[in-house]
Amino acid sequence: MKFLNHLTFGQYVPADSLVHRLDPRCKILAVLVVLTGIFLARHILVFAAWGGLLFSLAMLSHLPFRLVLRSAKPVLILVFFTAFIHVFFTDGTPLLEIGFITITREGVSGAVYMGLRLLFLVLFASFLTLTTKPMELADGLERLFSPFARFGFPAHELAMMMTIALRFIPTLLDETDRIMKAQLARGAAFDRGNLWKRLKAFLPVLIPLFVIVFQRAEDLATAMEARCYRGGEGRTRMHPLVWRTGDTLGALFVLAVVAGLIAGDRSFLS
Amino acid sequence: MSITVDGLSHTYHPGTPLETLALDDVSLECGRGEWLSVVGHTGSGKSTLAQHLNGILFPERGTVSVDGMEVREKSPRLRDVRRAVGLVFQYPEQQLFAENVLEEISFAPRNWGIPEERIAALASSALSLTGLDETYFPRSPFHLSGGEKRKVAIASVLSGEPSYLVLDEPTAGLDSWSRRELVSLLVRLKGEGLGIVLVTHDLDIALQHSDSILMLDRGRCVIMDTPGKVMEHLHEHPAPGLHLPEIAALSASLRNADPCAPLTWDWKELKRWVVKRALAAHPHLPGGDS
Repeated sequence: MKFLNHLTFGQYVPADSLVHRLDPRCKILAVLVVLTGIFLARHILVFAAWGGLLFSLAMLSHLPFRLVLRSAKPVLILVFFTAFIHVFFTDGTPLLEIGFITITREGVSGAVYMGLRLLFLVLFASFLTLTTKPMELADGLERLFSPFARFGFPAHELAMMMTIALRFIPTLLDETDRIMKAQLARGAAFDRGNLWKRLKAFLPVLIPLFVIVFQRAEDLATAMEARCYRGGEGRTRMHPLVWRTGDTLGALFVLAVVAGLIAGDRSFLS
Repeated sequence: MSITVDGLSHTYHPGTPLETLALDDVSLECGRGEWLSVVGHTGSGKSTLAQHLNGILFPERGTVSVDGMEVREKSPRLRDVRRAVGLVFQYPEQQLFAENVLEEISFAPRNWGIPEERIAALASSALSLTGLDETYFPRSPFHLSGGEKRKVAIASVLSGEPSYLVLDEPTAGLDSWSRRELVSLLVRLKGEGLGIVLVTHDLDIALQHSDSILMLDRGRCVIMDTPGKVMEHLHEHPAPGLHLPEIAALSASLRNADPCAPLTWDWKELKRWVVKRALAAHPHLPGGDS
């Protein structure tokens, strides 16, 4: 039985690639630009182009395409739900009528486009976490937000919280896995009975997990205080982020591609 | 009646960049009333092996069977396997969850469908085996000391009446007194006819108490033999990360100096030889019979 014996959604996959080496700030900004581009896409050819870009990006990052696709798994339900709503609840030219249900042309195309849009959003965003170490990501965010710190925006605190949260996701998954296995060995059954019984079967997992989480939080706080952590002010870094020419080029390239696609989209439609 | 593993292999994260071969063609057998120790340093696949023995993990290649029941993912007898093989995880006190010790220990028998009127008796006999008594029943498992928590956790596996007990590093983090208590519990359980599979990096316990020792290195079986033979093997091929206990190390270095010296982990045997040897060299020395 493999409970959580799979890669966590979007977990960093180490590799030596162009994308991995980019500055995290560049990647964060690029993702924002790309997401805007995907939102604005409306023509099917443009969606095809985004698909092609996704594949090339996977090649460029030295990641197996299947692994990238797998990161869309958690949102598939949302995608299907959205598509479902679109198919059945959009007014327009009727394609098919069964009793009181009418499926329209606009509904079907809306479902396909919305579904693709959501999928691409998640897939492109997952590249950020697949190719960037959590620490780098938090560093990048902190640096991007630091101009707002003078208006009281807690950039450092947020980055630190994010780092800690990200850092503990794999650990907690491992713990959950271990506790589930241990209770299974004592005869717990997570896959039997009705919903209520199944939920109740998780109590012996949740309670020890909570105990462990609080224990870990306390240990971490002690360890941080023991090493004189006192917030972000005046703190220096062991590995300061360096923005290289490559990052500028990469950012400009992404900007050009997305602008091109948006322009293409407009011209196809008109 | 035994746990039999034949040609077992297991890969973690197959098909991803994190793919690792944790077990590679491992075979073993442990009967009831026998004690098998699995030794190896961190990452040698010991824990993975332990989790195969009661159907928590399933073989990728090879077979695992318990009293003739094959361990497969969809096997209808999977629960029987899990019931027959009690598995004590590393740091088992982390799996405690119940309001009080009685509830904690009743968890397994209740899950196995043992009638309610027998459960109380099972719980108290399981707890007393570990050296705690019924006054602990109403107490919260979270307010016990580390050693007591571990005992309750072990009792909560024993109360399911397993025929085999698999323990993953049960002595980790215990003080030397609790460690000794735990070892004597295992000896007693073995005497009562339980098969013991002890996963450990503590060669001292493994050499002293096992009927056989399986040594793993990066998922492969290095040697599986009696403690004596394993000791000889370790003497000729020291394994990184596996340190001989002090008496055994002393005996090994004596063997290097004198080929007649015994290779042993038993200080009495070593002492006898040293005294005999000293008396032979210096006959005028007093005593030698103490």
